[in-house]
Amino acid sequence: MAKYILKRLAMAIVTIWAVITVTFILMHSVPGDPFANESKKIPEAVYQNLLREYGLDKPYSQQYMMYLKNIARFNFGQSMKSNTETVNEMIARGFPVSATLGIQAILIALIFGPALGAIAALYQNKTPDYIAMIISIIGVSVPSFVMGSFLIQFVARNVEWIPIGGWGEWRHVLLPSLALATMPLAQFARLMRSSMLEVLGQDYIKTAKSKGISRAAVIMKHAVRNAILPIVSILGTTISNLVAGSFVIEKIFGIPGLGMFFTTSVFNRDYTLIMGVTVFYALVLVVMMLAVDIAYTLIDPRIRLTKEGR
Amino acid sequence: MEKLLEVKDLAVSFQTYFGEVEAVRGVSFHVNKGETVALVGESGCGKSVTANSIMQLLPMPPAFYKRGQILFEGEDIVKKSEKEMQKIRGNKISMIFQDPMTSLNPTMRIGKQIVEGLIKHQKLSAKEAEKKAIEMLDLVSVPQPEKRIKQYPHEFSGGMRQRVMIALAMVSNPKLLIADEPTTALDVTVQAQILDLMKGIQEKLGTSIILITHDLGVVADMCDRVIVMYAGQLMEEGTVYEIFKNPKHPYTRKLLGSVPRLDMSRSEMLHSIEGTPPDLYRPPKGCPFYDRCDEAMIICKDHMPQKEYHTDTHYSCCWLNHPMAAGVAEGSEI
Amino acid sequence: MEQTAYTKDMFKKAPKDNRNAEQIRRPTIKFWADVWRRLKQNKLAMVGLVLLILMGIMSIIGPSLSGHHYYEQDYSQVNVKPNNQYWFGTDELGRDLFSRVWLGTRYSLFIGIAAALVDFGIGVVYGGVAGMASRKVDAFMMRIAEVIYSIPYMLVVVLISVVFSTAGSGTSMSILILAMTITGWVPMANLVRGQVLQLKESEYSLASESLGASKWWILRKHIIPNTLGPILVNVTLTIPRAIFAEATLSFMGLGLQPPSPSLGTLANDGLAVMPIGLFYQISIPALVISLIMFSFNVLGDGLRDALDPRLRK
Repeated sequence: MAKYILKRLAMAIVTIWAVITVTFILMHSVPGDPFANESKKIPEAVYQNLLREYGLDKPYSQQYMMYLKNIARFNFGQSMKSNTETVNEMIARGFPVSATLGIQAILIALIFGPALGAIAALYQNKTPDYIAMIISIIGVSVPSFVMGSFLIQFVARNVEWIPIGGWGEWRHVLLPSLALATMPLAQFARLMRSSMLEVLGQDYIKTAKSKGISRAAVIMKHAVRNAILPIVSILGTTISNLVAGSFVIEKIFGIPGLGMFFTTSVFNRDYTLIMGVTVFYALVLVVMMLAVDIAYTLIDPRIRLTKEGR
Repeated sequence: MEKLLEVKDLAVSFQTYFGEVEAVRGVSFHVNKGETVALVGESGCGKSVTANSIMQLLPMPPAFYKRGQILFEGEDIVKKSEKEMQKIRGNKISMIFQDPMTSLNPTMRIGKQIVEGLIKHQKLSAKEAEKKAIEMLDLVSVPQPEKRIKQYPHEFSGGMRQRVMIALAMVSNPKLLIADEPTTALDVTVQAQILDLMKGIQEKLGTSIILITHDLGVVADMCDRVIVMYAGQLMEEGTVYEIFKNPKHPYTRKLLGSVPRLDMSRSEMLHSIEGTPPDLYRPPKGCPFYDRCDEAMIICKDHMPQKEYHTDTHYSCCWLNHPMAAGVAEGSEI
Repeated sequence: MEQTAYTKDMFKKAPKDNRNAEQIRRPTIKFWADVWRRLKQNKLAMVGLVLLILMGIMSIIGPSLSGHHYYEQDYSQVNVKPNNQYWFGTDELGRDLFSRVWLGTRYSLFIGIAAALVDFGIGVVYGGVAGMASRKVDAFMMRIAEVIYSIPYMLVVVLISVVFSTAGSGTSMSILILAMTITGWVPMANLVRGQVLQLKESEYSLASESLGASKWWILRKHIIPNTLGPILVNVTLTIPRAIFAEATLSFMGLGLQPPSPSLGTLANDGLAVMPIGLFYQISIPALVISLIMFSFNVLGDGLRDALDPRLRK
């Protein structure tokens, strides 16, 4: 098992390196240079200074090595558009906000999604199944930004104590995390349903029943325990997609998180910020996915014990 | 001899998208205390459905009890509710299944799986349960039981897993054990071990066993009585001796004839029964074996034969044994 | 029990041709016809199919139906709610939303289907090559694919769009499609590779058993349906993902160049006026996006269920 972890770790490092490199190449292939869009004409000397300051006057390969070195020290550089903060500081400001939002959303999805799916499977082709499946289909089809907009429109405007946007108290997290959670919740529900159906047809469920234990015990200890495994395996990609959804949700709800920084930096063409946030995101995601992979091997005893000697 | 289980005219069908499939079409037999009864037949003849219906383990849509009774210790199981059945399953009647590779929960430890039912039925403490699990693994000859109870199914071989299944089934000392093809998925040498194990346990605990199999070699070794099933109905029933020495139904005779023997000569061809069993979606009106029977008569096509008793314990359902068939030589061709 | 009288001649031997030992009483059916039959049974999937066809038709004829051009700006008719003249109302610049929505549908559908097809193309080629190649080359190729796939989808999409678009004027369609297919082809490649490997194996066993050509034909009848099925499902489910990605991009200002509408840009524009109470500008494109995604999802699901042999009802 240790071998497996090491392999995944190596892959993770390679992936991060790939992201850094790709990001670097892309950012430096933008036609023109970052200061070309400034409306005011900059005197030549100042221009040269700026270039030197950002290291843009050196050849690419050198810039690349410098960048790599900086990243290794977790220095993401200076923002091009903001004079007051470094990229690091901005990330430090925005990340906790986004993380809170993300964790909330995932928790909602993880708790209610599989529950919905399990119920659907147990009452297959009867009313609860249809209702659950319609909810999930809608959840999967309605993009998070649509859900967010609708929630603002029909809930926030009509309910006093639910704010329309902003951040600060727990009330602010409600709607955005709900909007963010609908898609993964629906995905989990659908996956859980088919996983449960498959598990319920397995022989060991029959064995469990033949022992005379209660139906609840059969469902919880035998069916759910096995059916939930596939959900853990897609947890990684789900989190990755969640990040994508967060960009938009943060914009709609005016939440000062990393997603909003990213969106704004994209809009403003603030290249160091874009690079920094991208690499940071990639880091976080790759680490998350590695963690999920490892968690999966720990949860499924078949994988956990393969390498152990007996 | 006391009757432990009595099945009376049991009929079980399945409601499918194209109609009703009659899997069991009027089956009656009994099992006495302490004896081993073999339920023999081809795949699809209804023996598994019969076994599962004794435990009410069939999925109730699409399956349904069309008619009949299953009397266990005097009470009709067919009429029992799910909650009542839970008190019986794993407690008074247990079952072991065919494929040991898929019959155990891959994410639960073996020890827990063995005593799970017992904990519920007898309200044991954790310590008592652990002790019992070790005891059971010992009973089925699994070495190092203390270590093994903490392991997972994939750490056991096929034969070992079947032993665990037996331990699991016997843990509450049930009166009746239904073994659905317990050795079919195992190697021949392992088969013998498992059968010996079952015999030993039966001797020790006095359990009645219904052994479902299509392997007559197994039957001869272990069973007291034999019931032959075909296309959802019983063709013949008798003691092991009667069935093997004096089979009265063409199907039984064919089955016995198709068992390869070590003392056959090299040039002798293997005897098989041509054809396949009838589709139970629209079951035939007459004897279900009509299409494949070498000795069929005209009456066999449209008329269901009745039980003809040869001894107190031996009967067959075949027109050949009807008094009016006297004179039609056995095994003769047209 | 019947008490008919049995005559002696009923006890004579039955003629052999009177019996058929191997008859099967259930009607049999061809593969794709069966798939279609089962799909038809799935009402939800049929609803999706019908919706898609309807929206497809509207995306083609819609923009010309209303009599207004999608780029025409009429400053006297700004932010008009849906009425007889402007069936979906107008936007901030006085443009007819009916034609814009259906044109946007056309673009979004095009992008989605194109992205899915490109994924399919790359995936089939890559997976086919990997499957046919030697073990080492195969392992190497799949390793690379794995790394590519682990780069977060959205990040790549956003990055590429950022780089190749110009501030304020959006991204070209080919760039959008490129962005979405760069990492998305990997699952398809995996699928195809798996099928090719299976095919390879059966070919060898065929050769070693030296069976006749008829077995070849039978295997084709099994392998091809087995392969096409999952591929078709994959393509059907990739499309909504691509459309969703495009919509998200538009929301971030990286969508199509104005005045070209896509459903995402329309939703984004609509969001801006939502605070002043003009819901229709966002709800109509949002509804269309949702319907498209819904339809592809249920259709893909239905296809998957119809192709699964275990789910025969």
